[in-house]
Amino acid sequence: MDELVRLLSKFIKTVAIRLPDDVLAALKALSSNENSYWGKAIYSLMFDNIKLALEKGVPVCQDTGVLMFFIDVGTKFPYINVLQEAVTAATIKATEDVPLRPNVVEPFEEKNTGNNVGTRLPWIEWNILSNADYAEIVLYLAGGGTSLTGNAKVLPPASGFKGVIEFVLDVVSGYGLNACPPFLLGVGIGTTVETAALLSKRALLRPIGSTNPNPKAALLERIIYDKVCGLEIGPQGLGGKTSVLGVNVEYSARHPATLAVGISTGCWAHRRGVIKIKSDLTYELPLYRGVVL
Amino acid sequence: MSLVINTPIKDDVLERINVGDIIYLNGVLVTARDAAHERFLKHGLNLPLSLKFLPIFHAGPIVKKVDGGWSIVSIGPTTSMRMESLEYDFIERTGVKMIIGKGGMGSRTADACRKFKAVHAIFPGGCAVVAAERVRRVLGVEWLDLGVPEALWILEVENFGPLIISIDTKGNNMFDERIKSINSKKFEMLKNLDKELSSRL
Repeated sequence: MDELVRLLSKFIKTVAIRLPDDVLAALKALSSNENSYWGKAIYSLMFDNIKLALEKGVPVCQDTGVLMFFIDVGTKFPYINVLQEAVTAATIKATEDVPLRPNVVEPFEEKNTGNNVGTRLPWIEWNILSNADYAEIVLYLAGGGTSLTGNAKVLPPASGFKGVIEFVLDVVSGYGLNACPPFLLGVGIGTTVETAALLSKRALLRPIGSTNPNPKAALLERIIYDKVCGLEIGPQGLGGKTSVLGVNVEYSARHPATLAVGISTGCWAHRRGVIKIKSDLTYELPLYRGVVL
Repeated sequence: MSLVINTPIKDDVLERINVGDIIYLNGVLVTARDAAHERFLKHGLNLPLSLKFLPIFHAGPIVKKVDGGWSIVSIGPTTSMRMESLEYDFIERTGVKMIIGKGGMGSRTADACRKFKAVHAIFPGGCAVVAAERVRRVLGVEWLDLGVPEALWILEVENFGPLIISIDTKGNNMFDERIKSINSKKFEMLKNLDKELSSRL
């Protein structure tokens, strides 16, 4: 258990101080396409910041979020019974060691707990893998600014994809300026607000540049991408042709009477990392090539 | 125009600055965000220090205890718009001269900037390590019981920037133009959407 806690806390540190390979590549591509005066200046500062964070081993952004884990755990993973406890212990350890910003506030006491652990936090979404002996853990550190964009709504099905696109553009044009663009846009489609919202968050975990395997969903991603780029929000909202890292749509089948839409954004410093931990506690870090914990 | 400004900030220096100018700051900078604004304006507590002629920073840092004091690990701006409903009164009652954050602020803050000669400036969001490099030392902290992000961190800064002026002392607001432009583009993007979707999706 101690070894697992150490491993997880080092993983948390990596996610806080280093951007994943796909995000870095996407930012580089966007920066070479940006011609606006402010946009170019902002990309240059962003890359200085990314480099400096890594050199000094400190968080890229001061807002290290409320830790949110998406865990796929095999029923034969030897640490399945202590995994939740280990994640909590690693959160406390990383908060002190890195350090992370203590961000967890108990709403009724209006009290910051100081260690990033609180009622139901860190948040964990579980998925069980029958007979597998490993765990794949995704950690997403979303700051407050980018979380404030979040929205969800249940539309009557007659609104169709037109209604979906209108809702997305309303939300993004209203709050997107503050979500630290170029942001990643996740759109969830389902039956109810909470399932659509969760799918929109899961959409943010997909590799940048990936498309939904359903060609029609992929086309919707493309259409939304074109429309959002057309707003010319630009880096930090100051205008420009690069506004998004990508648009990812995730969906479930829906009830015939509802068409629920969820929206989440991930800021340019999109800190979501993946670790695959095997039964002997060896691990892989698919999004951080060459990194050893 | 690019300019270095020292604190305490003088009105005549501020009045020469326009929306879109870039400035760098030398001197004292104090963090103040949601909870500090509310404690002062809604709960009626006196601020533990005078902010007159000073800049405030909408920011909640990551800090580290070092022998006898604190050091700033990472400190970037937070969304200024959250403070919109309180900023007019905050500027009027404190005499603060510069509000630094990210994203724009609204018409009430722009009114206060015009009336009381203050500006709003943005520091590019997420560039928190670059910002921390410009903090020379932590002079003190107040209201730490609000938690690390919400406390008033009193900082000595050097060449703190780039700060892009988004509201000037004339009340011009860069983000008014941005929002107008985005909304008119949204209107264009949604035009003929039915037709476009029936042919594409």
